[in-house]
Amino acid sequence: MSVSALLTPWFQRRCVSFVLVCGSTIALWVDLHLTFGQRKCIHKEHRFQKLQGICMNYHSPSSFADAARIAAQATGITRYLAGGTDVLVQMRAGAVTPDDIIDIKNIAGVHDISRTADGGFVIGAAVSGAQMGAHADLCAAWPGVVEGIELVGSTQVQGRATLTGNLCNGSPAADSVPGLVAAGAVAQVVNASGTRDVPIEDIPAGPGRANLAKGDVIASITLPARATGGGDAYMRFTPRTEMDIAVVGCSISLTVDGDTITSARVALGAVAPTVVLVPTAADAIIGTSLDDAAIDALVAAVTAAAKPISDKRGSAEFRKDVVGVLAKRVAKKAYARAKGEAV
Amino acid sequence: MAKDTNMSDFRWIGTRPDRPDGLDKVTGRARYGADIQAANMLHAAVVRSPHAHARIVKIDTSKAEALDGVKAIVTRADFPTGLTGEDWDLQENTMAGERALYDGHAVAAVAATSAHIARDAAKLIEVEYEILPHVIHVDDAMAEGAPVIREGAAGPAVPPGLHPNVVGYTEFGHGDVAAEMAKADLVMERSYKTEATHQGYIEPHACMGQLGSDGKGEMWVCTQGHWYIRKMCAAVLGLETAQLRVTASEIGGGFGGKTTIFMEPLSLALSRKAGGRPVKLVMSRSEVLRATGPTASASMDVKMGMTKDGKITAATANFRMQGGAFPGSPYDMALYCAFAPYQIPALHHVGYDVLANRPKCAAYRAPGSPMGAFAVESLIDEMCAELGLDPMEVRIKNGSKSGDKASYGPTFGVIGLEETLVATKAHSNMSVPLGPNQGRGIAAGYWFNHGGETSVSVALSEDGTVQVSVGTPDVGGSRASMALMAAETLGIPYENVRVNIAETGALGVNEPTHGSRATFASGKAMHGALTQAINEMCKRAAAKWKIDPEAVEWKDGAAVPAGPNAGQFPPMTIEQIAKKMGSTGGPISGHHESVPGGVGASFGAHVVDVEVDPETGHTKILRYLVVQDAGRAIHPSYVEGQYQGGAVQGIGWALNEEYIYDDMGRLQNPIFLDYRVPVASDLPMIDTVIVEVPNPGHPFGVRGVGETGITPPLPAIANAVAAATGARIRHLPITPTKLLAAIKAK
Amino acid sequence: MSKVHVSTTVNGEPVEFLADTRDTLLDSLRDSLGLTGTKEGCGTGDCGACSVTVDGTLVCSCLMLGVEAQGKKIETIEGMANGAELHPLQRKFIEHAALQCGFCTPGILVASKALLEKNNNPTEEQVRYWLAGNLCRCTGYDKIIRAVMDAAAEMRGAA
Repeated sequence: MSVSALLTPWFQRRCVSFVLVCGSTIALWVDLHLTFGQRKCIHKEHRFQKLQGICMNYHSPSSFADAARIAAQATGITRYLAGGTDVLVQMRAGAVTPDDIIDIKNIAGVHDISRTADGGFVIGAAVSGAQMGAHADLCAAWPGVVEGIELVGSTQVQGRATLTGNLCNGSPAADSVPGLVAAGAVAQVVNASGTRDVPIEDIPAGPGRANLAKGDVIASITLPARATGGGDAYMRFTPRTEMDIAVVGCSISLTVDGDTITSARVALGAVAPTVVLVPTAADAIIGTSLDDAAIDALVAAVTAAAKPISDKRGSAEFRKDVVGVLAKRVAKKAYARAKGEAV
Repeated sequence: MAKDTNMSDFRWIGTRPDRPDGLDKVTGRARYGADIQAANMLHAAVVRSPHAHARIVKIDTSKAEALDGVKAIVTRADFPTGLTGEDWDLQENTMAGERALYDGHAVAAVAATSAHIARDAAKLIEVEYEILPHVIHVDDAMAEGAPVIREGAAGPAVPPGLHPNVVGYTEFGHGDVAAEMAKADLVMERSYKTEATHQGYIEPHACMGQLGSDGKGEMWVCTQGHWYIRKMCAAVLGLETAQLRVTASEIGGGFGGKTTIFMEPLSLALSRKAGGRPVKLVMSRSEVLRATGPTASASMDVKMGMTKDGKITAATANFRMQGGAFPGSPYDMALYCAFAPYQIPALHHVGYDVLANRPKCAAYRAPGSPMGAFAVESLIDEMCAELGLDPMEVRIKNGSKSGDKASYGPTFGVIGLEETLVATKAHSNMSVPLGPNQGRGIAAGYWFNHGGETSVSVALSEDGTVQVSVGTPDVGGSRASMALMAAETLGIPYENVRVNIAETGALGVNEPTHGSRATFASGKAMHGALTQAINEMCKRAAAKWKIDPEAVEWKDGAAVPAGPNAGQFPPMTIEQIAKKMGSTGGPISGHHESVPGGVGASFGAHVVDVEVDPETGHTKILRYLVVQDAGRAIHPSYVEGQYQGGAVQGIGWALNEEYIYDDMGRLQNPIFLDYRVPVASDLPMIDTVIVEVPNPGHPFGVRGVGETGITPPLPAIANAVAAATGARIRHLPITPTKLLAAIKAK
Repeated sequence: MSKVHVSTTVNGEPVEFLADTRDTLLDSLRDSLGLTGTKEGCGTGDCGACSVTVDGTLVCSCLMLGVEAQGKKIETIEGMANGAELHPLQRKFIEHAALQCGFCTPGILVASKALLEKNNNPTEEQVRYWLAGNLCRCTGYDKIIRAVMDAAAEMRGAA
């Protein structure tokens, strides 16, 4: 059997992720066969058999079970495709060329925002920021969550960007994550074994990493019903008014009874490797009417909880200064919303 | 000298008709650099050094060559040797030789049947580097012990004993600085720094090159100057210049960054190696930021003496600029412009051009002038604050006037600084009340403008309409200005003129659209060419009327007898002459080429109001005014556009834009995400006032306007922020991080 | 690997093209369909020069794959005029000199049209924030904003 006959079907059965691997494998074949003769044949076959380029397999499954199965069985680099506003950027930058890209947008329900029996919201994995911003009930119940996703990128990006993508991309500065964490949102994670709920704050593992196994895929994110007397808000600091990655982000969701804060969750973005839920900051304002002393305590708590780095977007010292400023402003906004005041 | 016309009697000039290429540009029909396809076309990708400074040990292209679809690969070995001077610099920048000199420096290029394959192939090219120490900042690059980027590159003016990275030096001035400083009531000395910024045009560089084995080539390229592209590609590749024909596509912004070559020769070299197939090469945004021509960064020391009533007695300036790994930072022009708005009895300037491991700088809108203005206009403001003087009055008091000697030597012709300052002072923006955390800053700025080689042709069509062929690509509406000037000169409707940007085979050498020269120089040459055509048309009428050609003149689009004694003949219109021209002597055209003198400089003054958030250091622009002398605004809308565009680039430079390097010398912000240009929501409307002090050196009084507008914003904003916060930032950009720290430190 | 056959609608016309799975929608529009009016300025969704609408939603075509166009309705700058009749935005841009080099113009026109279809009476601030993802380096945005607001006024008057 000639080398070419051995090589050709091998090539056609596989799309390999790195041509270097392919090249050296051919070389290995050639080396092995040199021992057995037909040197001039091999030389000719090598010239005839050019290296084939990279290919990316595009899948468009119709169920999450299928999507999860494709991911579990994939041998190379896999990416899910929802809005694509992170994946395509990474592809174009040459940072990643997926061997398999799994488009989840043709699965039933992914574009839907539906209600749970108790008044919560189930947001499908492919729901865009623009869709969320156009959903009157969602905006009324969770304005802080919508504020977050509506700050991601531009109008164009919001036409495609999703909560799931923003979450799974794993940027510590992701704009929609602090609001979800403050709201107590939960992700529905599907894999071959079934579906499980994971609190949003348990998903980010570090910059660019998520606590999801191979074969896991997020099907939807559920927001609880907005409690009576509840209000939330998200703010971030950026050098320009739009189009920047958050240098610091903060979201607070709280409930009031009269003037008194009865519950609160405070989440910080861009000041640690992942979003940070700060119970001490919540404690600082629970039971108060957000007076100056409470605000001071809130500022101290978030400043202590922030573990920022210095990078091209801001210094650690700056982030420490501003996280307190943002927390103060966000708290006031969430408080006003909780009390039903116009903001 | 301009015609003896009352300048306000224009029929076309000063009006605002639709630009002739408007329809193409709002429908997507206009074709830019990347909007071209050709049969058999290949796509190219470039391999670039990830290291700031490294010896290239080995380049192994074998794996890339083996990739199906790859048709040609080039390295420096494919380029001719023996070049010297600027040609060698261009070649070295086009493709690295022994060393990679900056992060992004091209080391190899590949052409393949698809853009994907070309990029995949580029990743397969294995380059072995020996990393060398690098240096990024200008003062570090001059210091003892700094890594040497090139030995023996210092120009003849550089004094001995300086680091080899110092490649240029200038020193000039006048008067007795010590004596004049002694007369001052306040002497202040400060240091100011600016960082490198990029012109930020939205269209990445793109070209399609085709070169046969016979040395004949074609190129389609987005450029401000296709004759420069032709000359430089020919030099770098060892081609005969006339055998390379270059066509300028529409251009999606340049601002100086597209007046030179970066990767264009690569498309030709690849084409030749691929058997003459056309090769399309389009840069990605990160390639544009890493490997084209940002402007220099500057470290400047300025000292000034001022009397307590605001008279500047003396000043000194020491400017150090790095222009990347090649000579050519605009250190000299920065010094020429720095004190130009003022009459100062004694001045001393010293400047250094320094190498650093950064991309080769290119012109960026009034190159050097913004940096110098930042230093000088900030210092004047600081001194006014110290002395309790009005910054506007101090500018007026010391302002240069027509006929004054400029700070850098020549005598000013007719200039309009005084009129500009007076108009600024009188503007209502100057009296808008300011609230808490708000501040107002003003600054003046200057750019000399430029003439340069110009070659223009005009021709009459059979129906009396006129075509004008210029060599200056239309970056911002200049076809409209040309057509307006042609209509005015000929006395025919604006719509009857078609302006074409001719390719290099159709005209003599033209310098690029740079130096704010297109409306001035192409306009002036066009006027000369039209005059020639008008003379010929008058001759045809004279022949028909059997009178002396001297007795015929041109009026309102027709040949008419020059006075009652010449004879009673009805006007012979341009249409009538055109219709018969084939049988009355042949085609009628005009041609004019020159390096036009009579360039008029343009002064500007800006006023900006800012509001600073004292808890975050965030600066918001509340109000912005540009006042600038245009000489004569041919099409006022496009003059306003230049003022507004320059101001906003300056706003970005002052507040947010800078090249950020890590400690490996790699550019950290090579995409628009973190290279932060102003977005629409960052800005208010930009108010403009066009001052017109006509330039006698142009038939219609034109001064270039494109560049001056970027000069005042840097200091105006720094001055406004200082007024708003009490914190003076002397190192641009005024980022929130820097400003908050400065506010807290007060 | 072999390309994917895509059937879609562009500017109201059914079209088909072959897409490499790695092609962006921008690549497909420009290179496979020859519609070069939509531009690439950055490839990372930061400049908006590649703006199109997909099923009525304003998006960056550089952030979509060409294969995702299957079955969609795509509108580009080439479909903005109605034959020889320019859209009011296109007319107003020329009238207000709201373009200099013109490279960002197709993206800004498509984005502005999407805005006015959603909100026919935007404030200056709303226009600026909607267009924050469309970079212009030449004009400083002033004349662009004026042109959009003037077009909106005309379209309200005509409605």
